[in-house]
Amino acid sequence: MKIKDLSKEKYLLPGTTACQGCPHALGLKTLGMALGDRFVLVVPAGCTTIIAGSRDKSAFKFPCLHVPFASAPAVATGLGSAFKKLGKNGIPVVWMGDGGSDIGFATLSGACVRKDDMIVIVSDNEAYMNTGIQTSGTTFWKAKTTTSPKGKKEEKKDLALIMLMHKADYVATASVGYLQDFIEKLKRASEIEGFRFIHLHSPCPPGWGFDSSETVEVARMAVKCGAWILWEFDGKFKISTQSKPYKDKKRRLPLADYLKRQRRFRHLSDEDIAEIERRIDEQWKIILALEKVFS
Amino acid sequence: MKKILTGNYAVAEAVKMARTEFIAAYPITPQTTIVERLAEMVERGELSAEFVRVESEHSALAAVYGASAGGLRAFTATSSHGLLYMYEMCWWVANSRLPVVMALVTRTIGPPWNIHTDHTDLLTLRDSGWILAMSENAQEAFDLTLIGFKVAERIDLPFAVGLDGFQVSHTAEVVDIPEQEEIDRFLPERRRDRPFVIEPGNPITVGGLTTNECAMMLRHDMMRDIEKVGDLVRNSGYIRDYDLVEKYRLEDAEYVVVMMGAWCGDAKDAIDILRDEGVQIGMLRLRFVRPFPAKEIAKIDCKKILVVERDSSIGKGGIIATEVKSVADSPVQSVMAGLGGVDVGVEDFVAMFRRFVEGDLGEWWM
Amino acid sequence: MIAKPSKGSAGKTGLWRTFKPVYDVEKCNLCHLCWLYCPENAIDVLEDRIVIDYDYCKGCGICAKICAKKAIEMVREEET
Repeated sequence: MKIKDLSKEKYLLPGTTACQGCPHALGLKTLGMALGDRFVLVVPAGCTTIIAGSRDKSAFKFPCLHVPFASAPAVATGLGSAFKKLGKNGIPVVWMGDGGSDIGFATLSGACVRKDDMIVIVSDNEAYMNTGIQTSGTTFWKAKTTTSPKGKKEEKKDLALIMLMHKADYVATASVGYLQDFIEKLKRASEIEGFRFIHLHSPCPPGWGFDSSETVEVARMAVKCGAWILWEFDGKFKISTQSKPYKDKKRRLPLADYLKRQRRFRHLSDEDIAEIERRIDEQWKIILALEKVFS
Repeated sequence: MKKILTGNYAVAEAVKMARTEFIAAYPITPQTTIVERLAEMVERGELSAEFVRVESEHSALAAVYGASAGGLRAFTATSSHGLLYMYEMCWWVANSRLPVVMALVTRTIGPPWNIHTDHTDLLTLRDSGWILAMSENAQEAFDLTLIGFKVAERIDLPFAVGLDGFQVSHTAEVVDIPEQEEIDRFLPERRRDRPFVIEPGNPITVGGLTTNECAMMLRHDMMRDIEKVGDLVRNSGYIRDYDLVEKYRLEDAEYVVVMMGAWCGDAKDAIDILRDEGVQIGMLRLRFVRPFPAKEIAKIDCKKILVVERDSSIGKGGIIATEVKSVADSPVQSVMAGLGGVDVGVEDFVAMFRRFVEGDLGEWWM
Repeated sequence: MIAKPSKGSAGKTGLWRTFKPVYDVEKCNLCHLCWLYCPENAIDVLEDRIVIDYDYCKGCGICAKICAKKAIEMVREEET
């Protein structure tokens, strides 16, 4: 998809409360470009609660329903039923952070099991950022947060693979570093019926500790060092173009370049980095195997 | 047409006749048979509703919230722990002013595990903005469910219909069911644009951040609007007349008992026995807790009032008694009884009321 | 409770800026990457140039970073 062909309509209106260089803002503007007037956004508590605007002013040029933290996919189920019953052509899109997918994991699972008609996007900035950088299920191993001052002791929760094994109708990973890829995946998801899930990697400047100008760069480095793998499942499992070169470990950027760019990882020892690299290699083994299994 | 129905089946019948469009619920004893019956009705094609088998009560009310925000007439049902699990959504629905109807089959909150009736679960909704009704029998559970949709959709507030676990929910009684045409005249299709509708292409944002003043005004307006419920119930145009309270042998009563729920039937029998002995005693039965029938209670002109209730506020006492005391002119005494579903029968009421009348009530906890 | 689409839902966020993106049309090859990656949606695309909306641009600097032609430079506000 060429940039020139993308919609010029602004669905995220300038002058929001989002921090400088916010990855959610990037994702939200892209949503509108991909789905146009065909969707309704469901937003549980999180950074986007704030970004959405206040009082009588909404930052969105699409409909948006704010909902309690753990409820979003279930609310989307109800909305989807209303659209269907009243003959309205629209997709409920759940936009939540990793917090929403921690506290609302049962809700997510229920909607997926029922194959309810929706697209769920988890914009994952790898910690509870809206409350001030606390550890979440998807926080990276060893990353420092305000509730893990010495670094998180547990592994990052692999939401996308969980949802794949949960037999969602469509599952993809995406990154705010590759917005055209994200748009293509949203469009692909919108053509499929049922429960669709996109795990969007969203590097957060204040939360991860890098300059606001580097959001896209850091997101891309995550892909280039192999730490974030872009893939898509729509019946077939495909490693996305941007990640393909990094099947070959030799072509990956040095992991330390990605990690040391971020304040949350500054304390890592060489052994820690070697261990993270080992875990990334393990992840690639799984992804490459899945590509074979679902070919 | 007269049918023999349990309270739960009567509620399901009312939900069907209301042409409810969306149902989501999670099973919990003693509510379960409501949604089982509704699932059968949907599967058999008797009711054209979306029926969603959610994974929790929180999701049940969340899905109902979404459907209602999308314009559908929506219903759920629960009990006790289910209500507590969906509690966050209860407040969200109320402040969103969506006209959802919920059946609440009352059950004791654990531990210890206990499936029998106690009204404390219902009363946890007291301050939320839900209209709270409590039925005495299957007929009322049926009628109040239908009136619930009408009133909720008029006033943009959710409506909970309470019915006692097992005593009403699982007890078969004769229920007078109106013709569908009568119900259709009483309850036309929901106005889908009230209080707002979420739909593709209509770029409004609902429920986001506002000023503190706006949040305060929201509660102010809810407080103002719920006061209209009394008139709406009295003038709802329903087949049978309803009011916020029922007055039983109250005209000349020197002693008045205030109660709600299924056991009022037994208490009325006790009143009849005492009346035969010449004791001038009567009952004001609360059919609604919210809005609180303050005017009706203030009007009671008697020697003293006894509130008998199946709930407890630890550290204060009877929840209803506290409220009655705040508006009654006559002295109010309080008894908490039947907690945990402990059986209280006609003879117990006769003894209790007699001691109340004789000024020898003493400590009651049974 | 109900909000409608509005520019500047957080006010004139251009006031947040410490660094200002300064655009050099001569260097621009109209690839529009700056437009695509502007998180504030504060860049508009015209036929022969891009336009930055300084009322709302927060000065994050993503546009300058992503521009291969270095047609956008971040300059400290007081120096402009």
